[in-house]
Amino acid sequence: MNPTERAIPTVIADSMILARRNLLRFRRAPELVIGFLIQPIMFILLFVYVLGGAIQTPGFDDYVDFLIPGIIVQTISFGGFLTAIGLAEDMQKGLIDRFRSLPIARSAVLSGRTLADIVTNVVTIAVMVTVGLIIGFSFRTGPLEVVGGIGLLLLFGYAFSWVFALMGLSASSAEAAQQIGFIAIFPLTFASSAFVPPDSMPAILETFAADINPFTTVVDALRALWLGTPAGNDIWAAIVWSLGLIAVFAPLATRSYRRAVTG
Amino acid sequence: MSANNGYAIEAEGLSKSFGEVRALDGLDLQVASGTVLGLLGPNGAGKTTAVRILTTLLEPDAGTARVAGHDVVREARSLRASIGLAGQHAAIDESLTGFENLEMVGRLYHLGRDRARDRAHQLLDQFALTDSGNRVAKEYSGGMARRLDLAAALVAAPPVIFLDEPTTGLDPRSRQQLWEAIREQVADGTTVLLTTQYLDEADHLADSIAVIDHGKLIAEGTSDELKRRVGGDRIEIALSDPADAARAGEALEALASEPARHDGAILIVPIRQRREAIARAIRALDAIGVGVEDIAVRRPTLDDVFIALTGRLAAEKSRQSEVLR
Ligand SMILES: Nc1ncnc2c1ncn2[C@@H]1O[C@H](COP(=O)(O)OP(=O)(O)OP(=O)(O)O)[C@@H](O)[C@H]1O
Ligand SMILES: [Mg+2]
Repeated sequence: MNPTERAIPTVIADSMILARRNLLRFRRAPELVIGFLIQPIMFILLFVYVLGGAIQTPGFDDYVDFLIPGIIVQTISFGGFLTAIGLAEDMQKGLIDRFRSLPIARSAVLSGRTLADIVTNVVTIAVMVTVGLIIGFSFRTGPLEVVGGIGLLLLFGYAFSWVFALMGLSASSAEAAQQIGFIAIFPLTFASSAFVPPDSMPAILETFAADINPFTTVVDALRALWLGTPAGNDIWAAIVWSLGLIAVFAPLATRSYRRAVTG
Repeated sequence: MSANNGYAIEAEGLSKSFGEVRALDGLDLQVASGTVLGLLGPNGAGKTTAVRILTTLLEPDAGTARVAGHDVVREARSLRASIGLAGQHAAIDESLTGFENLEMVGRLYHLGRDRARDRAHQLLDQFALTDSGNRVAKEYSGGMARRLDLAAALVAAPPVIFLDEPTTGLDPRSRQQLWEAIREQVADGTTVLLTTQYLDEADHLADSIAVIDHGKLIAEGTSDELKRRVGGDRIEIALSDPADAARAGEALEALASEPARHDGAILIVPIRQRREAIARAIRALDAIGVGVEDIAVRRPTLDDVFIALTGRLAAEKSRQSEVLR
């Protein structure tokens, strides 16, 4: 008996089965989800009520309008943490060996992880936007642009899931993956237009924050889509950045997965 | 099924090094379809490495292998549809229930949802896990986790399964259950390669045994063949008077395949054949007036084989090979 039925889109089907598996764990560990959401909400409140009064954001009615797109981009870029931690755990526990011995595409385990991140990112966006709306944020554009902004966030988050996938596969443990990700990405999100306008920074940092840092591009693109600020090339550049990250990190992560040797 | 010339597993000259360590050094293996091969070897012999290569988790540095007719390197994907693996450490998702674990594996074997579910129920039943099927695997005992892991290897009822030390850490009852499950699979025509450090496990389950050490095959055959080849049968005689040992040894020379040795009052005489050995020995000893308390023909156990082959240390390697070839 040959157990393989040759369904056409097996890679996609396999990835969905694995994504479902990754999401099922939340059903039994709701504290994971809550922990994951509390921190961004806390940051929104701290920034708006503690720092907001001291930050000048010319061109925006209110700091909360400036902040919400920025802080959501930051949070979503860390959505891939779950992939890094999950992969590192699977490697440690030998589960990767089971998956690699099954007749599935080697990429399915990784796409299962990154697909699951999309679902958790949707939840994160919904919660953060809701909190934003409650404390005074409002969209200034039409539904199409708002949805476009959400799409951009999900694409960008997906790109970072692959960055984190590589970290999870390279790190020696889940904790190490978390540390590396934090140290590598957290400062980048701050040296951008996410929390303060770059022109308030020292010259060199301003150049980096305004002209080089892709986080600025994505944050400004999201502001254009949600608040109607001038877009320039930001939207296209943000899409290109995201696709570029995927093009670089998805193959690297897949290669690293293929070589992964456990125990 | 699709195996060539009746072999479900064939490996030739498999080699694999990790840095300086030669984990496998030209390993040859053949397992006939529908039989169980027990792969025996001390810690670090290369058992797990062999299993990992045969299940496509590792690529060999040299050599070739085919499993169920598929090349381990070139046809890895189709090979994986024909195998089940229970690795040395239980590989189950602790945040899923037992049922969900099996269902997921079944679906990844592309059984389809309904069949995957049926199979999951069936296997939970077979491995006495029905009651815990809806509990999260994190709460399972070591033995339950191990059983679930083995069940996962059997989900697709693949023609060839690999079990790397499947009963390590199990209590005697769980071991029996597992053996039973493995025997059922074999009765259905499945080929099994199992590694083990328990010799009685190999003795009970395996049709043939391959002993490896330092990544090389050092002996191969059925349990009986190995026992015979290594030590052969021997008579053990408890003498009434230990001082008679030397005389008794001489008197039995006609029966002996090797010089007799003695261990206190016990005289051990390796013999050429079992038949009539005791009668002849008693007659010979009677003739010279040596008293006998007790006498028995003993066949070496697999433990003797194992120690003789792997434990008799590197210094005696050359002698070992003479014995075996
Ligand atoms: N990934 C690896 N990296 C480095 N060395 C390894 C690796 N895997 C195995 N080895 C080495 O290869 C040799 C064979 O290991 P292997 O795990 O195959 O032995 P084994 O027979 O399964 O032992 P055990 O009975 O302890 O499970 C050992 O010396 C081991 O240290
Ligand atoms: Mg091993």
